[in-house]
Amino acid sequence: MNREILNARRLLCPLPVIRTQNKIKEMRPGAHLEVICTDPGVMQDIPAWCRIHGHTVLETHSGNHEYVILIEVGGQNG
Amino acid sequence: MNTQRKAVALISGGLDSMLAAKTVMDQGIHVEGINFFTGFCVEGHTHAIREKDRAKPKRNNSLWVAEQLGIKLHIIDVIEEYKNVLINPKHGYGAHLNPCLDCKIFMVNKAKQWIAENGFDFIITGEVIGQRPMSQRKDTMPVVARESGADDLLLRPLCARNLTPTLPEREGWIDREKLHDFSGRSRKPQMEMAERYGFHEYSQPAGGCCFLTDKNYSAKLADLWQAHGHKDYELDDVMLLKVGRHIRPAPHFKLIVAREEGEGRFLQGYRKEFVSMAATSHNGPLVLIDGSPSAEDLYLAAGITARYGQGREAEQVDVKITDKDGLERTLRVKPLAKELPQEWYI
Repeated sequence: MNREILNARRLLCPLPVIRTQNKIKEMRPGAHLEVICTDPGVMQDIPAWCRIHGHTVLETHSGNHEYVILIEVGGQNG
Repeated sequence: MNTQRKAVALISGGLDSMLAAKTVMDQGIHVEGINFFTGFCVEGHTHAIREKDRAKPKRNNSLWVAEQLGIKLHIIDVIEEYKNVLINPKHGYGAHLNPCLDCKIFMVNKAKQWIAENGFDFIITGEVIGQRPMSQRKDTMPVVARESGADDLLLRPLCARNLTPTLPEREGWIDREKLHDFSGRSRKPQMEMAERYGFHEYSQPAGGCCFLTDKNYSAKLADLWQAHGHKDYELDDVMLLKVGRHIRPAPHFKLIVAREEGEGRFLQGYRKEFVSMAATSHNGPLVLIDGSPSAEDLYLAAGITARYGQGREAEQVDVKITDKDGLERTLRVKPLAKELPQEWYI
C-alpha cells in the first residue's frame, strides 16, 4: 500500500489540518497518509476534518509528546 | 432541468455563520464552508501549548460547525497575504489592532476568487446589520460588498431582507421571503433560531474570533512593531506573543519567560533562533531573549531568569546562557528583587 508521511511537528492547529488537506488533494483514493504532529489538538481536528471530507482515520497513537494519525484517502477526494 | 446552485459560506465557527449557511441549505442550495487562517485566529490551538490545558483539548469550532451542518470545510492559509491587511488597513483599526473592515473585505474577496476557481455561484456570510461596531454597520456593509468585488454575489441571509436584493434573490435561486431581517446587537433571534434547529453547544467567543480584538495581545504586537522598527512580522513572531510572560527591561531586548512545562517545551523549539537561558543550580523556566542585548543586559536577564525559578530566594543562582549556535556559558547571579517594575511587563 502506498503510504506517505507528513511531518507537521511544531505546527499549531489548524496548520496541521491545512497541511493534511493540501497533501491529501494530491493523493489518490485508497492511499495512506501518516501525519506526525506535536499539537495534541490534532487528535480532535484531523479526525473531524476527515469525517466531513469522507476520509478514514485508520489509527491514532501518541507518545513522547508526538501524535500520529494514519489516514486512508476517501473515494471522493476534493 | 434546474441547475444545482452552489454557495460557499464563510464559516468562522460562531453561531451566525452557521445559521446563515443553514438558512441557504434549507432552500436546496449546495453549500460548502470556507475558513481563512490568518495566524491570529482564536480557533487555533495555541492554548494547547500549556500543560494545564492538555487534559481538556478544545475543538476547532469551524470544523465542529461544518460537521453539524454536514458540509465540507476548506481551511485556507492566508498568513502571508493577511500581513498587508494588518499592516496597512485602508479603513484603519478598531479599538485595538483589529482591522475588522479591511479583514472582512479581504476574506470576501478571497471567497470570490475561490468560487470562480471552483465553479460556485455565490457567497454567504453571517453578517447582521449593527451586530459589530466596525464591519457590520449599515454604512460599512455595502463597502464590504463593493471593495471585495463580490458585489451582488454576496448574500447575508440573516439580514438580507433589510438590504437590496442580491443576484441569487433576483434570479430566483433563493426565495427572499425565507431569508431574515435581523438587525442590531441582540442575539435573541439567533438563539431562538439555533434552538429551532437543535444546535446546542455552539461557540460564542466574547471577543470575536480574532486575537487582534484582545487588548493585551494588541499591546504585545504594538510593542513588537516598535522594537523591530517596522510592522512586518513572521508567523513565529505572532505565535510567540501568545506564549509566556513578556518582559522588556529596555527598548532593545525583551525576555519571554515560560510559565510552565508545556510552554517551556514549546519555547525549546526556538532555541536556534534566540539566545536562551535557564537556571542550572535550581529548577526554573526556559527564557528566550529577543533583541540585541549587551553583556550587561544578559547579566540583568539572568537575574530575572533566576527570579522566576526555585532559586528566587537564594543568594546566588547559576544560569546557563545558550547562543543561537548552541555555544553555552554560565553566569552566577543574584536573583532580582521579588517585584519587577510594572512597566517592564508587556
